[in-house]
Amino acid sequence: MRVLVTGASGFLGGAVVRDLVSAGHEVRTFQRRPSGLAGEPGITDVLGSVTDAAAVTSALDGIDAVVHLAAKVSLAGDPAEFEAVNVGGTRTLVEAMRTAGVGRLVFVSSPSVAHSGSSIVGDGALPADPASALGDYARTKARAELLALAADSAELRVVAVRPHLVWGPGDTQLVGRIVERARAGRLPLLGHGAALIDTTYVDNAASAMTAALTHIDEVHGRSYVVTNGEPRPVAEMLAGICAAAGVAAPRWSVPASVARTAGGLVEAAWRVRPGIDEPPMTRFLAEQLSTAHWFDQRATRAELHWTPSVTLDEGLERLTAHYAAASAAR
Amino acid sequence: MSRARTASLPPASLPGLDPSWSRLVDVPERAIGSAPDAPAAASGTRTNRWHILDNAADLAELGATPVGTILCVHGNPTWSYLWRKTVAAATDAAAAGRPAWRVIAVDQLEMGFSERTGVARPLARRVQDLADLTDALAVDGPVVTFGHDWGGVISLGWAVDHPDQLAGVMLLNTAVHQPDDVPIPAALRLALSVLRTGTVTTTAFLDTTLAIAHPRLSSDVRRAFRSPYLEADRREGIGGFVADIPVDAAHESAAELARISGGVARLTVPALMMWGPRDPVFSDRYLDDLQRRMPHADVHRFENAGHLIAEDVEYAGPALDWLGDRFGSAPESPSTDEPEVPDVSDASDTPPMWHHLETLAHSPEPAVVDMVAGPGGSPRVVSWALLSTRVHQIARGLVAVGVKPGDRVSLLVPPSADLTAVVYACLRIGAIVVVADAGLGLRGLSRAVRGARPDHIIGEMPGLTVARAFGWPGQRISVATLPAVSARALNVTTSLAGVIRAGEAAHDLELPHPPAASAVAAVLFTSGSTGPAKGVVYTHGQLTALRDALSAQYDVGVGTGLVAGFAPFALLGPALGARSVTPDMDVTSPRTLTARAVADAAAEADATVVFLSPAAIANVVATSGELSAEQRAALARVRTFLSAGAPVSEALLTAASELMPNAEPHTPYGMTEGLLMADISLDGIRSSTASLAADTVTDAAAGGVPVGHPTATTRVRIAPLDAAGSVGGDLTDAAGVTGEIVVSAPHLKSHYDRLWITNRLADAHSTPGERWHHTGDVGHLDGEGRLWVEGRLQHIIVTADGVVTPVGIEQAVERVDGVRRAAAVGVGPRGAQQIVVVVELTARQRRSRLAEPALAAAVREAAASGGHEIAAVLVAATLPTDIRHNSKIDRAALARWADGILRGGRMVSP
Repeated sequence: MRVLVTGASGFLGGAVVRDLVSAGHEVRTFQRRPSGLAGEPGITDVLGSVTDAAAVTSALDGIDAVVHLAAKVSLAGDPAEFEAVNVGGTRTLVEAMRTAGVGRLVFVSSPSVAHSGSSIVGDGALPADPASALGDYARTKARAELLALAADSAELRVVAVRPHLVWGPGDTQLVGRIVERARAGRLPLLGHGAALIDTTYVDNAASAMTAALTHIDEVHGRSYVVTNGEPRPVAEMLAGICAAAGVAAPRWSVPASVARTAGGLVEAAWRVRPGIDEPPMTRFLAEQLSTAHWFDQRATRAELHWTPSVTLDEGLERLTAHYAAASAAR
Repeated sequence: MSRARTASLPPASLPGLDPSWSRLVDVPERAIGSAPDAPAAASGTRTNRWHILDNAADLAELGATPVGTILCVHGNPTWSYLWRKTVAAATDAAAAGRPAWRVIAVDQLEMGFSERTGVARPLARRVQDLADLTDALAVDGPVVTFGHDWGGVISLGWAVDHPDQLAGVMLLNTAVHQPDDVPIPAALRLALSVLRTGTVTTTAFLDTTLAIAHPRLSSDVRRAFRSPYLEADRREGIGGFVADIPVDAAHESAAELARISGGVARLTVPALMMWGPRDPVFSDRYLDDLQRRMPHADVHRFENAGHLIAEDVEYAGPALDWLGDRFGSAPESPSTDEPEVPDVSDASDTPPMWHHLETLAHSPEPAVVDMVAGPGGSPRVVSWALLSTRVHQIARGLVAVGVKPGDRVSLLVPPSADLTAVVYACLRIGAIVVVADAGLGLRGLSRAVRGARPDHIIGEMPGLTVARAFGWPGQRISVATLPAVSARALNVTTSLAGVIRAGEAAHDLELPHPPAASAVAAVLFTSGSTGPAKGVVYTHGQLTALRDALSAQYDVGVGTGLVAGFAPFALLGPALGARSVTPDMDVTSPRTLTARAVADAAAEADATVVFLSPAAIANVVATSGELSAEQRAALARVRTFLSAGAPVSEALLTAASELMPNAEPHTPYGMTEGLLMADISLDGIRSSTASLAADTVTDAAAGGVPVGHPTATTRVRIAPLDAAGSVGGDLTDAAGVTGEIVVSAPHLKSHYDRLWITNRLADAHSTPGERWHHTGDVGHLDGEGRLWVEGRLQHIIVTADGVVTPVGIEQAVERVDGVRRAAAVGVGPRGAQQIVVVVELTARQRRSRLAEPALAAAVREAAASGGHEIAAVLVAATLPTDIRHNSKIDRAALARWADGILRGGRMVSP
């Protein structure tokens, strides 16, 4: 199939492109900056924004399926921009696909679209709920997912895939932040660190997208949470990532309730006077790091005919190798 | 007619109540005592409008033809809302293709949303009202009544009056009789004393009733119960009901109550009573009364439930299960017989438990020896002749003080020669021995004794004091002769010496005919380590089968000397014809038993068999250095050494075997419900463990504790678990299949006392002629027919990859350096659970915490050897264990604790 991947310059986007290609698909990427992948066999770049209807329409020319990753992903920022990119971009894409007769859409989403911030203990993929989702990112992604799934039909098959906490070598979002803060001594443990969290090694998230596209005829109209299926106490996960990067694991801890309150205050302050850096703590992040977040993966694995190919331990080994190579190159 | 007095539909959206069930029915009122189908009196008869719940329309929509009608009658001050779960469960069952039951749940007149007629409605009127309603509805076909509180009486009134239609009766807490010599319950006296203020003017009675649910009602359910009673003039019925309680024979409703209670005693239809004992009004006393009137009734007593049993526990599902079991799809021909499972021992002519007390009645040889020094400083020796005489004297004496065959006698006596004599005397006269262990704790013991409804209590001072304090029922007999003042204070009518004197005086009294093998002999209580203790009922035939199984397994018989360091075996000594010696020990604290005490006892009895409790073994081994040469020689004559009660480590068993070098150590597998189901020797443990290590046993990955081969008359099967962890499918003896362990043996218990639901589950595989017991343990058989125990059914972990049993993981983790004990538990929803290991370290820990990375890695690696992935490893300061054995880890409590912490909750200790 000829597949358009939006947002391919990102960490997960790049992995999805490569996985699609290795599965035999031909990939066209679509984002504002060069993906850095163009030129590899089977990969071409088209530059543009998902908020630009004309650019989207021309990018869809000759395409059979779309994997839509382009989104504003951040813990803070201008609410209007979240709205424009995440909701507006999705609406533009879906309309352009309808017009162009492109029949398959894998909508890349997030488990945060369905959860209000309390602990998640073995839940499946609950319906997206913009009213209770926490933060601008989750709210707008929730609306976008509902909008995409509302477009699901025989002519345009839509499936939503929600990878949870994607990480791996080269990841600047999660691993990068953790390592950078730990190195600066600014990474506290929230609470006792025993809250169970599940994460997704990047290659697994990518292969899940390919699997969703492959089986879209059977699974369209539904949402799937994707994880490694190996929940671990958050302190162990952070320690594992820090060890892989050769930095000391967090040693000081902040009560979870304090962190949540502080997160709320910081968010409010950032809204008034945005800093150059990201806020050091948000309520969303405090919840993520101090309460359980793990999922029932049975339906995902059975219906997508997919299992993660890289275990948590293998993923950490690859991360270690990545940091070792980076420091050797320096 | 004021608006408040007309019938109406309940407000919409009451929790659990489907508005489609509600309807209003106009019912012509007939004279009290009108025959069914009698026409309503001519003109001038008033018509009353009722609100009822009725699922007939739902059943019709499902295309289901009802097999019968459940007629539900609420009490005071509730309304048909009380029965919403029955309506739902019956409708759901029909939707699922099971036999369809129509449910009609009425709001009695003056109550709920039915009409306020403004006329007093005494009991007889209410019984007629209900008949008028069923006639108006033209209810035909079989009817099973279902009543609660005073609705129970009214429903039974309907039952007594409709013998042709009646198929069965079901009851929740109620009463049909108030004995003249018993004061009415204090709670009711209070309600009567403030009748108008308490019931009508204010909502006090209503509020109090709704406040005694366990656990508390949610506020929306409380609101729903209150919804028909918001104004004082809508509460007149509540006051009317209380005023209609026949407090004495002169009351206007007393005659009707007597008519009903008399009629109930003649009912032969199947009956089910579900009871919540925590009821300030309808206490166990009334359950006992109902059971005497309907001895064939199935009874389930929910230990933690109270008056609002329908809110406290899940009662509707069991009620429909019962209907299904009793009536199938054809209630027209109700079977009134118990599905009697024949007892093989019934047919045999096995000698009774007291057989050797007759054959050895003239033997001067010692029968029972108590090493605890008697008054003269020497052991107390009771010969067979003396024991036989005593048993006969006590038997006659008990008859003389009013103990009848079938009476229950609760024994609050520590193990001793006295206890032994009393037990055999009770068995001989057919009185039922009730034995609950002080290890249950005071609350547990009190619950057990009350629940067992003893007719007599024989006890020592502490037991009798407790009996007095907790208000246990039954005649009191003290073991020691008490000063008159104490005896009066404790309500003690006589002493054991008094019983013996009475027996001597009545030496020509003919003892009752010996009880049949099928007669109930004993009620033994479980440890209560997994919920409230359950009373386990044994017949005489089952006890003699136990004696024979024990005799065959360990070669104990006439002339064998046995050291009984484990109380139950001291009691069985005389039945075996064996000379039993109790070592000098504090029976309430087995872990104080010393090696010298065991050796002295062995020497005294020339013992070849030694039984010890697991708790005692450690101290016996620890004090072995104090033994003299003679003492060692006495122990060297021991041939069989048995540790019974809970699993013992191979190391401890080995150490004990060094003390008794010529003895073969054994440990039996069993439970209160079946005391000797399998047995393994130390060599057996060693070879099992070796084959596990060598991977030559089937399903080595499952691990488990080897408990050996079934005993000669026992069959062991496995009820396989499906991927969801449910027990299902046919029993199998195939090797390597993990599932619930199901056992069959002549010495298996008969049933649990007043626990119909529990019996139904435990007996799921019993068929006529074959009694099987679901043990609640999980395990597997290996290729050599040996049984391995992998944990408790309620402790299995159901992951996305299937069922995981805890013991195998725990054994692997307990081999990790620094780990003393481990527990494997599941967190998350069943089917997607993650495995969590909680460890207790050898080094004392003050606080519980997340395991440090090195320990977590070691634990994960150990578990990985069995193919299991561990999500988290927690360190607990101590692992919670059961009270009685201090060895069974409470995995259910640990799972709740781990779940809280792993959700991100506060780090507390379990």
